[in-house]
Amino acid sequence: MLLIHCPYCDETLPELEFAYAGEAHIARPVDPSALSDEEWRDFLFIRTNARGTHFERWRHIHGCARFFNAARDTVTDRFLVTYKAGESRPDLTVKESAE
Amino acid sequence: MTTQKHDFAAPVQIEELAPAARLSLRVRPDHRAVLADALGLDLPARIGDRAASDGREALCLGPDEWLILAPEAADLIAAAAAVYPTAPHSLTEISDREITLHLSGPSVLDLLATCCPRDVGALAVGRGCRTVFDSATVTLWRDGPAVFRMDVWRSFLPHVRNLMALAEAELATGL
Ligand SMILES: [Zn+2]
Repeated sequence: MLLIHCPYCDETLPELEFAYAGEAHIARPVDPSALSDEEWRDFLFIRTNARGTHFERWRHIHGCARFFNAARDTVTDRFLVTYKAGESRPDLTVKESAE
Repeated sequence: MTTQKHDFAAPVQIEELAPAARLSLRVRPDHRAVLADALGLDLPARIGDRAASDGREALCLGPDEWLILAPEAADLIAAAAAVYPTAPHSLTEISDREITLHLSGPSVLDLLATCCPRDVGALAVGRGCRTVFDSATVTLWRDGPAVFRMDVWRSFLPHVRNLMALAEAELATGL
């Protein structure tokens, strides 16, 4: 079972307490009515589908119930980092060189 | 399902507690202190921490969420409403939503481990958490090394009790 660190509870807990919630950092268009059909389709449905590091949302549904973001490697399933909702995408290269 | 209240040799004892008032408080951290003052109850900031005074208890469930237990809800609701203009919040009575089980006995951690994926033994005495038991969200309060309270949403209770009865039977046979 995967263990996931909840940035709000500050505890590393089993995957079964969490729910996956799609790709992170998808900003809602400021003026939706100005978008073309293709742009609206891209906003709603087109996702990165990364092979490797993927920034995604998770929710600690059976716990603090908060949404947060995670960077996960989609090949190894390894969680690289988790961080609170609203925080910007962490620079993973800085983290790696520091290690 | 019998309640083995006086059978001290039993590996676990499961009892349903009498209903009490239960409230869900949502308030932003800036206004936490105002609500704590109004309710006459400390609202701990760390998730899992608890506070108690005058028969009232608070458990921090999330960064802006507390579960409050009290003998009566009316006083608390009135006290919170009085500070609403300065400290906007949501205080909802949820007394009827859950049934509380009192779980104790030398094998209580084994009983919980059958259906809780988290390491319940790592939860310190005097703390609490919302977690999952099989597929049901529950709130666990650890009151002693082998004493827990578990709030279960009432429609999940038969499912939870059935699973506990199975685990209890296995524990009783020494498995
Ligand atoms: Zn959490």
